[in-house]
Amino acid sequence: MNKIVEKEYFSEKVVKIVVEAPQISRSRKAGNFVILRVGEKGERFPLTIAGADPERGTITLVVQTVGVSSTKLAALEPGDHITDLVGPLGQATHVEKKGTILAAGGGVGVAPMLPIVEAFKKAGNRVISVIAARNKDLIILEEQIRQWSDEVIIMTDDGSYGRQGLVTTGMEEVILREKIDECIVIGPAIMMKFAALLTKKYNIPTQASLNTIMVDGTGMCGACRVTVGGKTRFTCVDGPEFDAHQVDFDEMLMRLGGYRNEEKEAFDHFHHKCNH
Amino acid sequence: MSIDPETIKKERSTGWREALRAKTKNKDRIAVERVHMPELEPGIRVHHQDREVNRGLSLAQASLEATRCMDCVNPTCIEGCPVSINIPKFVKYIENGEVLQAAATLKETNALPAVCGRVCPQEKQCESRCFYVEKLNKPSVAIGHLERFAADFERESGSCNIPETLPPNGIKVATVGSGPAALAFAGDMAKFGYDVTVFEALHEIGGVLKYGIPEFRLPNAIVDFELENLRKTGVKFVTNFIVGRTATFDDLKDEGYQGFFIGSGAGLPRFMEIPGENYNGILSSNEYLTRVNLMGANSEDSDTPVLKGRNVAVIGGGNTAMDSVRTALRLGAERATIIYRRSEVEMPARIEEVKHAKEEGVEFMTLCNPVEYFADKNGRVNRMRVVRMGLGEPDTSGRRRPIVLEGSEFDLHVDLVIVAVGVSPNPLVPASLPALKVSRWGTIIVNEDNMQTSLPEMFAGGDIVRGGATVILAMGDGRRAAEHMHAFLETKRT
Repeated sequence: MNKIVEKEYFSEKVVKIVVEAPQISRSRKAGNFVILRVGEKGERFPLTIAGADPERGTITLVVQTVGVSSTKLAALEPGDHITDLVGPLGQATHVEKKGTILAAGGGVGVAPMLPIVEAFKKAGNRVISVIAARNKDLIILEEQIRQWSDEVIIMTDDGSYGRQGLVTTGMEEVILREKIDECIVIGPAIMMKFAALLTKKYNIPTQASLNTIMVDGTGMCGACRVTVGGKTRFTCVDGPEFDAHQVDFDEMLMRLGGYRNEEKEAFDHFHHKCNH
Repeated sequence: MSIDPETIKKERSTGWREALRAKTKNKDRIAVERVHMPELEPGIRVHHQDREVNRGLSLAQASLEATRCMDCVNPTCIEGCPVSINIPKFVKYIENGEVLQAAATLKETNALPAVCGRVCPQEKQCESRCFYVEKLNKPSVAIGHLERFAADFERESGSCNIPETLPPNGIKVATVGSGPAALAFAGDMAKFGYDVTVFEALHEIGGVLKYGIPEFRLPNAIVDFELENLRKTGVKFVTNFIVGRTATFDDLKDEGYQGFFIGSGAGLPRFMEIPGENYNGILSSNEYLTRVNLMGANSEDSDTPVLKGRNVAVIGGGNTAMDSVRTALRLGAERATIIYRRSEVEMPARIEEVKHAKEEGVEFMTLCNPVEYFADKNGRVNRMRVVRMGLGEPDTSGRRRPIVLEGSEFDLHVDLVIVAVGVSPNPLVPASLPALKVSRWGTIIVNEDNMQTSLPEMFAGGDIVRGGATVILAMGDGRRAAEHMHAFLETKRT
């Protein structure tokens, strides 16, 4: 049981929570994730750690409500407990001084991008961040990203904030302007697919942090398998970061829909119960 | 781990054993037919994931079965048991009406008899070495059924003996994992007086006994009862904790832990690496069984989804394959098929599981192997291509090697495929201990005599050492590790 000590709404559907997890706050590294479960009938699901405060013994998570489990988590208030929380899982981001890093985050992907940006900045890199969302309300953690970036470009689909256009528009502008040594992309699979296609065109090494379906998160189930460079890899133990140019994003998109009918059924059932 | 033959002999010549032998003539013992385990009707049980198929023997059935055992001078059955249970002794206690004594005998060498009585492949172990099989060409004494009977009797009697423990010595030791190997280790170390903590990565204690073996074969209540007994002997349980990740081994050493037993299991499911294997609706048996057994995905109120199939194919011939295919039936499959590349004789599954599966309507396509999968426009599997196999010379496992029969491909309609072709060792623990010696398969290398790894304070056992074995072998490892870690820590102290 892990107590929630803080909660902040970034938007109607995006919530930041700060959770007591003393050991994980000390042992986690940029790129790691945790598996959570809310309630005794709850589902296990992964969330990438968005930050940690070892002195307070807390970690920060950002969740967007999309299904039953994320809705249940987002509904918890400070003082409430998360039934189960385990981590840190996954390989940490390989951070070193490379030169100039271009970090691109889409939607809630900006949350897991934050500790990676921080780590690259601290390692002495020049960091340019492009953060993108559908509209102004969905742009999150702008201030925190600015703190660890030399430059921040904001893109919105509808132009309600920053510049109008997709994340790739902002990325390409930077790529054409200066030499980029490495790219980091985190966000919805479709966004990462197009971001990877773009950086491949310019031959820039790119890491993508994948968010696949998982059950245990420790290598046991294989639900998270992805094809990378023609080989099946497990996102939980081999990833979550992979060479974006080698990832079969179309397969990943297909696999993300693997439980869509079941998830929809569960969500309808959940709403039905809540409304009665 | 073995019992000294002198002890076996001495116990055999105790008065009550001699009296029992004198009471009934061997001729009359042999005349008794082997007992049939009462079972839930196949037509009923296929609708219930949570109802145990085997109902257990009655006292009368067990007593009669126990009389079949002739209390041999040379009890070869003991040699067939990986933990050398004193089989004639416990069986004779049942015949003598002292069932609690029978249970106590089992517990001398087996930490979880109620579990082993249900899941051990007895026909390949103790029962294969029974005098009835070796010399009389008759069905063996039903040692497994009797083991289960004694353990269940004790549990249900409410007079369960909590093993006596030595006074606490204040030394902290930890297990990594909470499956059969770790639980057996923990039980013995607690008896020796150690302060034992079991660390488990999942949110439930029990490892494969909980996430893997279905309720219809091993009810969770049985496992929970054993866990409660361990708790009573002072064993502590910590869930949601990955040793090496949540905290490092060094962190735990700083907290005073002096010995570690790694029983983290063979976590990683193997796939066949054939085209189309990543389509939706093709999943590992680990994923399928975890969703159902651990997460309760078959029940309405669980948030965890599980894919249900009408035409389900399960690839493999082991117990996990049988558990998966029978689960699929219970979740509503119209057709559930085992696809196995060798013939039924080579199947590693327990004979009883194969029998139960057949009774429930599972189809067996042996000497067949999948070569490719096809999917609909949403990426959900809808067809698989299978090739027929022949059998060649025996391979290193002693089983005849399967050979592809060229040109024999045919297609099957399927909407769910469960791949149960084995597991690989979980890399999480070895990855966090670079100095730990592992084999090229990723298993932890130990000194087989004492289960000690290349790091002296670390011992290991079960599937992380063996790559994939049975509950009983894992428990045997745990117990051997406990014995030797105890000796190791004693030497360190003095």
